[in-house]
Amino acid sequence: MRHIIAVLLENEAGALSRVAGLFSARGYNIESLTVAPTDDPTLSRMTLVTTGSEEIVEQIKKQLNKLIDTVKLLDLSDGPHIEREMMMVKVRAERPDREELKRLADIFRAKIIDVTDTSYVIELTGASKKLDAFIDAVPEGLLIEVVRSGPTGITRGEKGLTL
Amino acid sequence: MKTTTDDTGAVLSGAEIVVQALCDEGVELVFGYPGGSVLHIYDALFKHGGMRHILVRHEQGAAHAADGYARATGKCGVCLVTSGPGATNAVTGIATAYMDSIPLVVLTGQVPTPVIGSDAFQEVDTVGITRPCVKHNFLVKDVRDLAVTIRKAFHIATTGRPGPVVIDIPKDVTDPSIKIPYYYPRDIQLRSYNPIAKGHPGQIKKAVELMLQATRPIFYIGGGVILGEGSTSLIELVRSSGFPLTSTLMGLGAFPASDRQFIGMLGMHGTYEANMAMHDTDVLIAIGARFDDRVTGRIADFCPHAKIIHIDVDPSSISKNVRVDVPIVGQVASVLADLTQLYQERRTEAQNLTEWWVKIDGWRQLNCLEYDRTSALIKPQFAIETLHQVTNGDLYLTSDVGQHQMFAAQFYPFDKPRRWINSGGLGTMGFGLPAAVGVQLAFPNAPVACVSGEASILMCIQELATCKQYNLPIKILLLNNGYMGMVRQWQELFYESRYSHSYVDALPDFVKLAESFGHVGMRVTQPADLAPALQEAFALQDRLVFLDVVVDPTANVYPMIAAGKGQHEMHLAPGMAERELA
Repeated sequence: MRHIIAVLLENEAGALSRVAGLFSARGYNIESLTVAPTDDPTLSRMTLVTTGSEEIVEQIKKQLNKLIDTVKLLDLSDGPHIEREMMMVKVRAERPDREELKRLADIFRAKIIDVTDTSYVIELTGASKKLDAFIDAVPEGLLIEVVRSGPTGITRGEKGLTL
Repeated sequence: MKTTTDDTGAVLSGAEIVVQALCDEGVELVFGYPGGSVLHIYDALFKHGGMRHILVRHEQGAAHAADGYARATGKCGVCLVTSGPGATNAVTGIATAYMDSIPLVVLTGQVPTPVIGSDAFQEVDTVGITRPCVKHNFLVKDVRDLAVTIRKAFHIATTGRPGPVVIDIPKDVTDPSIKIPYYYPRDIQLRSYNPIAKGHPGQIKKAVELMLQATRPIFYIGGGVILGEGSTSLIELVRSSGFPLTSTLMGLGAFPASDRQFIGMLGMHGTYEANMAMHDTDVLIAIGARFDDRVTGRIADFCPHAKIIHIDVDPSSISKNVRVDVPIVGQVASVLADLTQLYQERRTEAQNLTEWWVKIDGWRQLNCLEYDRTSALIKPQFAIETLHQVTNGDLYLTSDVGQHQMFAAQFYPFDKPRRWINSGGLGTMGFGLPAAVGVQLAFPNAPVACVSGEASILMCIQELATCKQYNLPIKILLLNNGYMGMVRQWQELFYESRYSHSYVDALPDFVKLAESFGHVGMRVTQPADLAPALQEAFALQDRLVFLDVVVDPTANVYPMIAAGKGQHEMHLAPGMAERELA
């Protein structure tokens, strides 16, 4: 099963490689991993997506918690949560396709953020599945480049993953 | 950087801070080897004069010696090595300590901060290389962080599930010309690290209820009982319950081996009775043990009828390999004290375990460790039994890795914790001699022996020079069979006796070798000569004696559970199977 796990880490050199090293050393799957500092500059927040049986995911969480740099951890999949991923897509947008690509962007509530005579860069935010759907919807042969941030997530309701 | 005096303390350079912090931490011994990146620290050691430094002959020896010291004393071992090869040589020792959860603080020199990453002379990414085999590591880039980092390192290494911590210190951070006010923090709080001490009362209650209902209970204990200073509480609980107890290789000595309730080591080379009892038990109480593959055998056949209680300080050890029913996270000593109290309160009368003990005693009667005592050759089992007899069982015994290690575990019953010192998790050949250096330095007047094989001993033989320099009267019992015995055994059993590269051709004359290092060497070839030779060796209280004992090269370690087999599928020594009791 797919799990999305949020981790608050000490914002120290090497913290990210401890996490990455843990996954490779113990042979755990890792689908995506994003990390950035938080409003508290001493903390980084990492969101990682992994898959595995319940036993393996349980062990992944224990091993992450065991890292000295891990301050707090939450498996967002345990409760209601919101997931967002950002994507930028560069598409070939020549005269016959320009209108259709613009319409497609509107349908997905995406934004065109760069325009040339022959291309668009389209920005789109949403759940990972929505981003997949957009890519599928782009007519064949027009995709030039896809850049995805990997998902981040937050719980619903007033409780937050903070110190 | 300011160098004004602080009213409350001295003004020190980074190098001086390292030495002073170790003193303030109560460190008695530092095992090390100098080199370019740590020269400022070595100069500070020289000028300070109050910290005892033991010069080893290879950095692996420094880590093993600090490790042996830590295992024997329960204190944190400390070593100091230079950058590059100094650090990489120490890695085997660090990994050894990591696998057996031994508290170490390893100070490594690093090239100066401005040249880190430039492939400078003797530069390696020490923090990167050691990351997977340490509990934590630090790179100190600012001298103002040095004292607090050292305090953090000792705190992390010695609390919770212990382990090695590396502090990588670039040379410019120890610059003698840059001095800052020194302050060593006593207490330290880490928001991200708070090991659980007390066990959950609800879980302890559940465990007691299971224990009270059990008809075929067994304790399965590991090295965590020794590391967590839980031996005394364990003995009380086990004796008041009347349950049998088996131990892993690492737990030997936590419960007295001479006690009737001790039914031997379990696992691959454990006793028949221990493994059969594990297979038949209805309530398994695992304490400070981690369900290692050498213990469980095939997981599907592991304790198939049992409800499992698991006490461990490390939550990630719980349900890692085997799903448990009642996990209790906490310090072993604290949990055992609570558990014992509740067990004694709840139990109205002694549990009736007669039937269970009849069964266990039946397995015991098989006498699975029996060997040929009439042999004209010295059997390795006989050598260990003789060592036990000559030393009255009162020895600090270190070991290398292989057949001799298993024979020692089987034939030297340990009645006290911290007496049996060996590399269990990593299985590091070369561990025994340097570990004995650490033990003998910790207990200068105690008898310390190292049991080894002719293959293992050569892996850290250079430490004989360290023994000479510090007059360490270690007794080395070399079980010399000319082979890498355990490799030879597996090749005999599983590779149709194709002894691929396991015969150690061209061995040195160990007697002359010992003598060339300034020690006493003896060679023993006859069974009858062994006890007198050992007596003579232990009588030489101020000399290292190297006993080269020529043993039967065909001896194998039995009983045995082959890799991947169930715990009830034990191979007994040839000729013993027909004596098996149903």
